[in-house]
Formats: sequence, structure tokens, C-alpha cells
Amino acid sequence: MEAAIRAEGLVKTFGDVRALDGVDLEVPPGTVLGLLGPNGAGKTTTVRCLTTLLRPDSGTAHVAGEDVLRHPDRVRRLMGLSGQFAAVDEYLTGRENLVMVGRLYQMPRRAARARADELLEWFNLADAGDRITKNYSGGMRRRLDLAAALVVRPPVMFMDEPTTGLDPRNRLALWDVIKSLVEEGTTLLLTTQYLEEADHLADDIAVVDHGRVIARGTADKLKAQVGGERVEVVVRDPARLDDARAALVRHAQGEPVVNERMRRITVPVSGGAGLLAEAIRDLDAIGAELDDIGLRRPTLDDVFLSLTGHAAEQGNGEGATTEGGDEDADAAKDKKKDRKDRVSQR
Amino acid sequence: MTVVHHEASPELRLGRLGGLFHDTWVVALRNTRRMLRIPEIFMFGLLQPIMFVVLFTYVFGGSMKIGNTTDPNVYKNFLMAGIFAQTVTFATAGAGAGIAEDMHKGLVDRFRSLPMARGAVLTGRTVADLVQTALTLVVLAGVALIVGWRPGSMNPTDIGRILGGFGLLLLLGYAFTWIGALIGLSVRTPEAATSGGLIWLFPVTFISNAFVDSSQMTPWLRHIAEWNPFSATVQAARKLFGDPGLSQSHAWPMQHPVWASLIYSVLIIVVFRTFAVRKYRSAEG
Ligand SMILES: Nc1ncnc2c1ncn2[C@@H]1O[C@H](COP(=O)(O)OP(=O)(O)OP(=O)(O)O)[C@@H](O)[C@H]1O
Ligand SMILES: [Mg+2]
Repeated sequence: MEAAIRAEGLVKTFGDVRALDGVDLEVPPGTVLGLLGPNGAGKTTTVRCLTTLLRPDSGTAHVAGEDVLRHPDRVRRLMGLSGQFAAVDEYLTGRENLVMVGRLYQMPRRAARARADELLEWFNLADAGDRITKNYSGGMRRRLDLAAALVVRPPVMFMDEPTTGLDPRNRLALWDVIKSLVEEGTTLLLTTQYLEEADHLADDIAVVDHGRVIARGTADKLKAQVGGERVEVVVRDPARLDDARAALVRHAQGEPVVNERMRRITVPVSGGAGLLAEAIRDLDAIGAELDDIGLRRPTLDDVFLSLTGHAAEQGNGEGATTEGGDEDADAAKDKKKDRKDRVSQR
Repeated sequence: MTVVHHEASPELRLGRLGGLFHDTWVVALRNTRRMLRIPEIFMFGLLQPIMFVVLFTYVFGGSMKIGNTTDPNVYKNFLMAGIFAQTVTFATAGAGAGIAEDMHKGLVDRFRSLPMARGAVLTGRTVADLVQTALTLVVLAGVALIVGWRPGSMNPTDIGRILGGFGLLLLLGYAFTWIGALIGLSVRTPEAATSGGLIWLFPVTFISNAFVDSSQMTPWLRHIAEWNPFSATVQAARKLFGDPGLSQSHAWPMQHPVWASLIYSVLIIVVFRTFAVRKYRSAEG
């Protein structure tokens, strides 16, 4: 079957910056492709090229069977776009924004209104529908923008970081929306910086870095490449680190890594939550007191590190320097530490 | 709830021209609605020319020589066409700022991702500005009448000629909003579009016959003033309103101001619309 989205050799430069350096993509109809990559990887530029907003320097692209460069107007009638930053008119109400979009697709006025009502309901905006969007919260604006992308029920959808800025409840609600779109046959390309999200929503993932697709496959495949899950244990008493390590080694799929300063042991495993319970029992049996234990899944950082040898955010050598933080306070720090461990492990 | 059954088709209901009118209409409605929700902009746009009417009439009134008289009453009747014309050109800044803001806020991306007629976003904006300009002119004409402007004070006129004069003024204003559109597409911020849309209007509107008798300027300035497209519309409006102080110059636009005004305005529209629409389509913001 013909691909719903196909890109071949897309190149786009902005002055000295080679934003796209030969991007190839193929998304079969009715599937979801997650475009995963760090800041500046070229995700937005790819989406803009595919949605007729930007003309690539070279390469070809087809959306819903139409040539993006030759028949941009036909493509525009068959796709919906929700860009990285919500594009709604601040001085119109939510409803007026949606009706306007419907009218611009040449829907009859009545149909455009009915569709607007339906979408407001669907995106939890019915109550706010008659307020001007200037006073919407960021998440509300984001949802309105997504609704605008769905006005004509397009067969192909593009969403650039759709869940950025949404609270957990609305993020889950959006995941549901995306799933029902896909159930009904929509082809979707979404970009994200979170492997977890791509994992959850996408059939297939393309990892982008420096304007190139550097890896492609299912979430499982990518994770396997990274090394899968691992158990992370923080032991209270540094003197017990070796005992704890010995207790855990029978679960390990590879060499456990010990970080003495952080009193932490990282053990590559496979077997999920059941294995975690066993590990706790074993540690209990030797009487090792724990500050923390958990199952960690690979993060985007891990994927990057393993695919490119450099960290997702910036630069190469940074991770190899001294350990900075001493608190497991927030997830961001956590991620950073993961990365550092991996670097020192090599 | 079933929300998607794929109805989208690669064909649109309306043809090319029908689509252009439809889309322009939708965008013009949207911009008009915005204007109603931010009435301050309209208010300030109105205050400035009213201030000019009052200041020029009462401050400069007695010292300006029109033809060979300094009668303030003559200057008052001379002045109004000039102020009307300057006012319509100030719509340039509004159009530019509006389009720059749409670019800045990403709305232009939304529009460009829709199957819209080319040029509809810009045309819709300029049409909405035209409506606003017309409202401004109505109020301003009222103020002018209050301070003592009397069409026909010099030469006979009638309602048809007066409306014709306002028509030419509106056409000039419409032409200038296309210049504003191009400015709005070329700058990086709405603020830059506002100032960039205004500053060049001062020399254009002052090196003209709008506020002074251009025959009294130094020769090189006088030539510029007499060939200035803006002057042609001022002269045409003065002629149609039956106001005093028509330029007696032999320059073609001063001899045939109505034709000159029409030609200049249409030329500006054609040239700047072409460039603006091209720039809009290739905008890679
Ligand atoms: N209009 C532009 N002018 C100049 N450079 C640009 C432009 N758009 C993108 N770039 C550059 O192209 C590269 C890719 O940018 P892009 O926006 O596609 O990244 P991204 O993957 O979407 O990142 P993010 O996760 O931050 O959204 C970056 O280096 C960026 O600076
Ligand atoms: Mg981006």
C-alpha cells in the first residue's frame, strides 16, 4: 500500500545551519510515526516542509498521495496541522476561531458551527468556547489549536509536540484523542522529546539528530538497542554497597554499575516489576537498608547516548566531568545523572 | 463519539475566483471583529486627525498664504482635503502592524496550512482596514463641518462630486494599506511595522500640497510636491469638493488630478499587491 506520508532526501539550510540534512521518512496509512529528537534536531523543520509551510532546498515529499511541492493546495485540503506553538486568534473566541477555520475550508456556515461545537466538547473547551482566547491558559490554547487541526477530519495529521504544556490530565486526554483518531484510520506524524510518549502513541519511531534520521524502529527495538530497563538502588550505608551489589548480581543482564559517591547501584535487568519485588526481598534478606529503589526505563538521553555517543541536550564531553548534584530532587536531575553514569561507565 | 470519518477531499466547493472572494470575506470579517474588540486603536486613529484639524485651523489658520490671501476661512477650506488625505494614508501603519502580528503569533502559519486562495489573508486585512478608514473619514468630515468647512466655498460642487472626492480618498487609503502589508511582511516585529509604516508618511504627506500652497516652495521641492502621488489625490479632492487653493501648476497631475489620482492609486495597488502576495507565499517565518 502506498505510504500516507513519504519524504525522500529533504534538505533545508538556513544560512550556515543545515537544519535538514537528507531526511527520509515513510508512514504507512493508519499508523503513527513518532519523530523523536532533542532541541534543534530538525523536527519542526521537517513538519514545516511536509505541511507546505517551507520549501525544502532539495528532496521530495508526498502527503496522502499528493506531491507537496507540486500540489501544495491539494495537500492542504487533506492534512491537519497543529504546530509547535498554538496558532489561534487572541481576539476571537474559541468557537469563532474554529468556525473561521471551518469556513476557510469552505464548509457551509451551519456545518462549520456544528463542527466547532463538537470539537469544543471533545477537547474539554465547551465552557470556555465563548471567551476570547487571549484569556485562555497555555494548555487551553494548545487544545484549541489541536481542535483547529481536526476541523475537516483530515486523513493525515501532523502534530508538533502536541503535549508540551499540557497538565497530566489533559495530556492523558490528548493521548485518548490521538488513539481514537488512529482507530478511525488517521495517519499521524507527531514529534516529541519524550521516548515514553513516542513509546505509548507511536507504532514506529524515527530518531532525528542534526537533521538526519539516525535510527528507526519500534520503541522496543530502540530500547533494546539502548539496553533496556534497569533497577536502581540507593543504599543508606556506603559500607554495604558491595554486599548489596552481590545480592543483586543474579538479576543482572550485564555488569552492575556502582557509584560510590551517590551510594547507588545500577543493574541492567529484564523482567519488569516482578523482578523489582525479588530484588527488594534479596536486599531485605541481607539486611541492607535502602533510601530508594526503582525500575528505570531508558530515557531519550539514554537513547541518544547509545545512538550517537553524545547527550541529547548539548555538547559531548560535559557528562564525563564530576558529579554535580547530590539530591534526587527532580526528574531532570535524575536524567542527567543517568547520563553521567553511562558516560563514566564507558 | 465518532469524530473522524474522513470527509476531507482534495477538491473545494468554490472555484478559483469564488474561493478568493469567500476567503477574503471570512478574513475581513475576522479582522473587523478584532477591531471591534480593541476599540482603542480606532479611537486613537481618530483622535490624531481631529487634533490636526483643530491645530492647523486655529494655530496656522491666520498665517498661511493660499493664492494671495491669508484669510483663515480660506485656509480652513483649503486644509480639509489635505487632512483627509493624510488620515487615509495612516491606515498603512495599521495594516502593517496587523499583518506583522499575525506572522509573529503564528497565525499566518495556520492560514498558510489551509487551502485558502492566495492573497486572501492580505486582501481580507486591507478590506477590513478600508472599512475602518471609511468610518474614520465619516467622523472626521463631521468634525470638519463643525469647525467651518464648507464644500463649494470656492467653486460649485454637488453631492455626487463630493462623494467622488471621498471615493478617491478611500482608494488612496486602500492603495497605501498594500504598502503597509508589504512592510508588515518584511519586518520582524509588529512594533517595527508600526513605526516603519509611519515615518516615511511624514515626508510624503508634508512635501505636498496638503497643508501649504506648493507654488511657494523652492523649485526642486515644488516639483517633487507636484508629482507626488499623494498631491494628486489632494488636488482631486479639492477640485471635487469645490475648495479653494487649487494648484495652478502645469505639471500633468495637477492639471488632471482625478485621472492622476486614479492612475497612481491603481498602480500602487497592482505593484504592491503583487510584491506583498509573493512575499506572503514565500514567507519562511
Ligand atoms: N527560520 C529559521 N531561520 C534560521 N534557522 C532556523 C529556522 N528554523 C529553524 N532553524 C534552525 O534549524 C535547526 C532545526 O530547528 P527545528 O526547529 O527544526 O528543531 P526542532 O527539532 O523542532 O527543535 P525543538 O525541539 O527545539 O522544537 C535549528 O538549528 C534551528 O536553529
Ligand atoms: Mg520544534
